[in-house]
Amino acid sequence: MSTGNAVGGEPPLYRPPVSLTWWLRNPSYLLFVLRELSCVFIAWFVVYLLMLVYAVSSGRAAYQEFLDLSANPLVVILNVIALAFVVLHAVTWFGLAPKAMVLRLGALRVPPTVILAAHYGAWLVVSAIVAWVILR
Amino acid sequence: MPETITMEVWRYRPEHESEPTWDAYDVPLRKEWAVLDGLNHIKDQLDGTLSYRWSCRMGICGSCGMTVNGEPKLSCSTFLTDYAPGPVRVEPMRNFPVIRDLVVEMGDFMAKLPAVKPWLVSDDEPDEDTEYLQTPVEMDDYKRYSMCINCMLCYSACPVYALDPDFIGPAAIALAQRYNLDSRDAGAEDRRDVLASAEGVWACTFVGECSVVCPKDVDPAGAIQRYKLTAASKAVKDLLLPRGAR
Ligand code: SF4
Ligand code: FES
Repeated sequence: MSTGNAVGGEPPLYRPPVSLTWWLRNPSYLLFVLRELSCVFIAWFVVYLLMLVYAVSSGRAAYQEFLDLSANPLVVILNVIALAFVVLHAVTWFGLAPKAMVLRLGALRVPPTVILAAHYGAWLVVSAIVAWVILR
Repeated sequence: MPETITMEVWRYRPEHESEPTWDAYDVPLRKEWAVLDGLNHIKDQLDGTLSYRWSCRMGICGSCGMTVNGEPKLSCSTFLTDYAPGPVRVEPMRNFPVIRDLVVEMGDFMAKLPAVKPWLVSDDEPDEDTEYLQTPVEMDDYKRYSMCINCMLCYSACPVYALDPDFIGPAAIALAQRYNLDSRDAGAEDRRDVLASAEGVWACTFVGECSVVCPKDVDPAGAIQRYKLTAASKAVKDLLLPRGAR
């Protein structure tokens, strides 16, 4: 059975185009796009860290140059933005953890909030240790 | 409460038009009327050419998924009064090709589903008289995932599926986990290649909308994240442990 313009075969399917602004339709889509974008800034932090290591290993002058570069307002702005993206990445990652980890104690399931709290606790401890190493 | 509400319905009749259009209909606004009742009123009283799928009218069969005012919904469980004074915009589910009006083509899901072996796999030929006992705690592990009604709202909400149509998708993975986590099943290893692939759980970047729109509280996003951990720990074990100890 065929009608109209679909001669001998199935009528054509309509494939709705994906709109360019689909990611503005829903806050969680926006978050998804921002999180995907965060990988660029995480890569920047890796490069920045390598630059620091290189500068430290190449002597006083190189280190001073690195410090001067870091004090450049553009670099400061970049680093602040990058930090915001890394925090977004970390927070959403932690939000996912209780979904991925289903722990049981006997017949009881460990509540998701406990798993989440444990992650933030571990984060705090690691940050404290790093702060202690740097600031002491 | 006004007496009527306007329903703007997305129309595509391939024999008449190559681009979709909108038709507006005024339907009675009744407290107990769902969007589906409005569509049935249109079809019975106003315009018999309108096409859409439905069957149970009670959120069980999973055939009436649509986009209502931009959100993926079961049209039989979404009430017109919640959209008063209107208009209510009804579109086909997103992320699927449209056959006609509100009817989408879901062959893609049907093709992917068997790849995750959504049935109980057993090691040995089961003896007819064998009973497979299970405790309530064991059942609890997978019960949530067994509630899926294949309505496809999760696919329609998933931007990853929109961008990468090869993604196996939320419901198929939730259904795989429904069997993986069943104490009577021995098929987890068979499902692993598909689930742990780039088109499997690793395509998911945890947008989480699938679980938000799921009318059965299946939590496909949770099922996927849980399998990511399983897949990752399996891969590490494969790398580190000798074959016998895995
Ligand atoms: S997981 Fe939920 S939204 Fe997805 S098909 Fe199953 S019931 Fe529908
Ligand atoms: S008609 Fe069956 S779920 Fe809506």
